[in-house]
Amino acid sequence: MKEKNNTQAPETDLGADLCGIKLKNPTVLASGVLGISKDLLARVVEAGAGALTIKSVTTSRREGHDNPTVIACEAGMLNAVGYSNPGAKAAAEEFSNVELLQVPVFASVVGRVPEEFAAAAQHIMKCRFRAIEIPLSCPHTPGYGTLAGHGSPEATERITRAVCDVTDRPVFVKLSPNVPAIGELALAALEGGASGITAVNSMGPGMLIDIEARRPVLSFGFGGVSGPALRAVALRCVYDIYKATRDAGHEAPIIGTGGISCGEDAMQMIMAGASAVGVGTAVYQRGVEVFGLISRELREICLRLDIKKLKDMTGAVHG
Amino acid sequence: MDESIQNPGACAAPAGKLNFQPSLPVMVKLAEKRCETQNTVSLLFEHPSEDKASFRPLQNAPGQFVMVWLPELNEKPFVISYISDTGFGITVTVRGNFSRRLSELQIGQKVGFRGPFGRGFSGMEDYAPEKIAILGGGCGMASLALLAQKIPEANIIQGAPSSSELLYAERFPRQIIFTEDGSFGFSGRPTQWLEGKLSGGVEMLYTCGPEIMMKKVVSLCNANGIRCQAALERYMKCGIGVCGQCECDGRLVCRDGPVFSDSELQQMPSFGNTRRNAAGQRIKL
Ligand SMILES: Cc1cc2nc3c(=O)[nH]c(=O)nc-3n(C[C@H](O)[C@H](O)[C@H](O)COP(=O)(O)OP(=O)(O)OC[C@H]3O[C@@H](n4cnc5c(N)ncnc54)[C@H](O)[C@@H]3O)c2cc1C
Ligand SMILES: Cc1cc2nc3c(=O)[nH]c(=O)nc-3n(C[C@H](O)[C@H](O)[C@H](O)COP(=O)(O)O)c2cc1C
Ligand code: FES
Repeated sequence: MKEKNNTQAPETDLGADLCGIKLKNPTVLASGVLGISKDLLARVVEAGAGALTIKSVTTSRREGHDNPTVIACEAGMLNAVGYSNPGAKAAAEEFSNVELLQVPVFASVVGRVPEEFAAAAQHIMKCRFRAIEIPLSCPHTPGYGTLAGHGSPEATERITRAVCDVTDRPVFVKLSPNVPAIGELALAALEGGASGITAVNSMGPGMLIDIEARRPVLSFGFGGVSGPALRAVALRCVYDIYKATRDAGHEAPIIGTGGISCGEDAMQMIMAGASAVGVGTAVYQRGVEVFGLISRELREICLRLDIKKLKDMTGAVHG
Repeated sequence: MDESIQNPGACAAPAGKLNFQPSLPVMVKLAEKRCETQNTVSLLFEHPSEDKASFRPLQNAPGQFVMVWLPELNEKPFVISYISDTGFGITVTVRGNFSRRLSELQIGQKVGFRGPFGRGFSGMEDYAPEKIAILGGGCGMASLALLAQKIPEANIIQGAPSSSELLYAERFPRQIIFTEDGSFGFSGRPTQWLEGKLSGGVEMLYTCGPEIMMKKVVSLCNANGIRCQAALERYMKCGIGVCGQCECDGRLVCRDGPVFSDSELQQMPSFGNTRRNAAGQRIKL
């Protein structure tokens, strides 16, 4: 994607900073979308992403749920993929040399208990990932995430600490939107040693029914809701987290994720408190090119609103 | 991506950000079953009459696929092999549980389908029909069937282990047939036909079949200045370009393919070598 060559206006700086990790633009590929191979990651880099997250891996291989696993309805997407992945060891082979990709790449690991998180993290962090994300928030995989109680403040702190103990690189904790006080959860993660927060994972779970089949469409019955239906909720979550963490004196960056598909959406998320924006479902709407498109649209918005440094807009709505 | 192949379907996700296109299954009724071989059956489904418009994209889809859903069992990709005013059909070879259950469906029973998805065969308008070859192996003929129906004057070549496994023998009577055991047509493999045409006669070739065969066909074409396209199969979950499961050297078989051009295949070292299983592990073909 060639960027517009505007000779008059000064270059807008879209750069973002996540715990000292520099991004040339704030778009981050969300975990679970496309991130299963290095070749696919390379393609997302080519499309203009500022950073990438791999699909979550577990200690041993999983086939995930049966199909249908991903369904789009008019309001957004439902998925119950069920953490299919080749296991941490095979994933570490797949992502060896990950540092050759031109942008920072983040690992993502999950487990059923803190020890499994730590074991998977140890394997995968043999690769040169710049940071690691731990989702404590999957709404549709028995034994994991919210179905295993990982979303309580106590579990959040415990699991975060277990992972922080085995890596010296930044740990991002990925939270579920389905909690009454997400700010407290973010504080628990920071208490456990997290360097940043990713908010949010898919919400729900939700359900779709085929009235002729008289059955749920997803084979698992229900699945996490993402895309447009999630955006307003995700925005409020990031707002809450920013407020709670700043009030408590923390400066941890937030990767705002949920329903972002264009520059306007991204700018709203940044103003709510995000330092970078995760993009997943919009790959379905606009193709992998969505990353370059969002950057271009952000640049246009910055020109229109006379914003020189996008970074300055993080948390602008709180000011 | 190679610009020479156009996406003919209306299935691609919309470019606009406001337009979020649903991809929900639609239930269709099994209207007819055709026994093609001992272990292969074609299932012809009837469009629900009240919703003709939404089926229009199916009308021009050689090589595109649909996700077929048996509620409470699974959903898997199948190429569209028949099309008519009243419906469409797929050809199912029994391999495991899902294909067996599909093949056992009774007339009047319903299945769900999503699609059509992906990019099919293209470019046939640029060649004289007699300069086109359609070369299939085994159940790969299903992927080529609508193409063969569209250009009946093309050279249609089919290879099968034996006469009992030939597909569409009556549907395409002009086919040139090769059987490995010599029980019908020429004895040998369909690549032999191509080897005899390397000095001229074929300008464009479309192929689908066992990947080892396609690999050989594509390299013969490349070495002899024949343009070609091949349809690949990879494990699919979403079918809509999101999960990454069908990845092949950075390309998504469900959205960028399943049909790839010669120049794209040259950049795909996995072609003919490796694929991924349900867990995403890379395994030898
Ligand atoms: C684009 C595409 C088009 C296809 N078109 C046809 C067709 O027209 N006719 C036909 O008979 N078959 C077709 N298939 C294969 C079909 O989707 C099933 O894989 C096949 O029926 C076997 O499934 P099973 O459950 O019966 O067997 P299993 O024993 O479960 O699987 C046998 C093999 O099929 C493959 N497979 C299983 N599940 C999937 C999946 N979800 N996606 C892709 N591959 C899978 C695996 O390689 C597996 O080793 C197509 C596959 C793809 C990718
Ligand atoms: C198909 C699919 C698979 C996903 N898999 C994962 C996963 O493995 N790990 C994870 O942390 N989040 C996963 N997610 C959640 C996304 O990373 C993201 O948090 C969520 O979809 C909201 O963002 P979006 O609206 O931009 O998609 C998945 C989402 C989708 C749609
Ligand atoms: S099957 Fe999900 S991306 Fe192709």
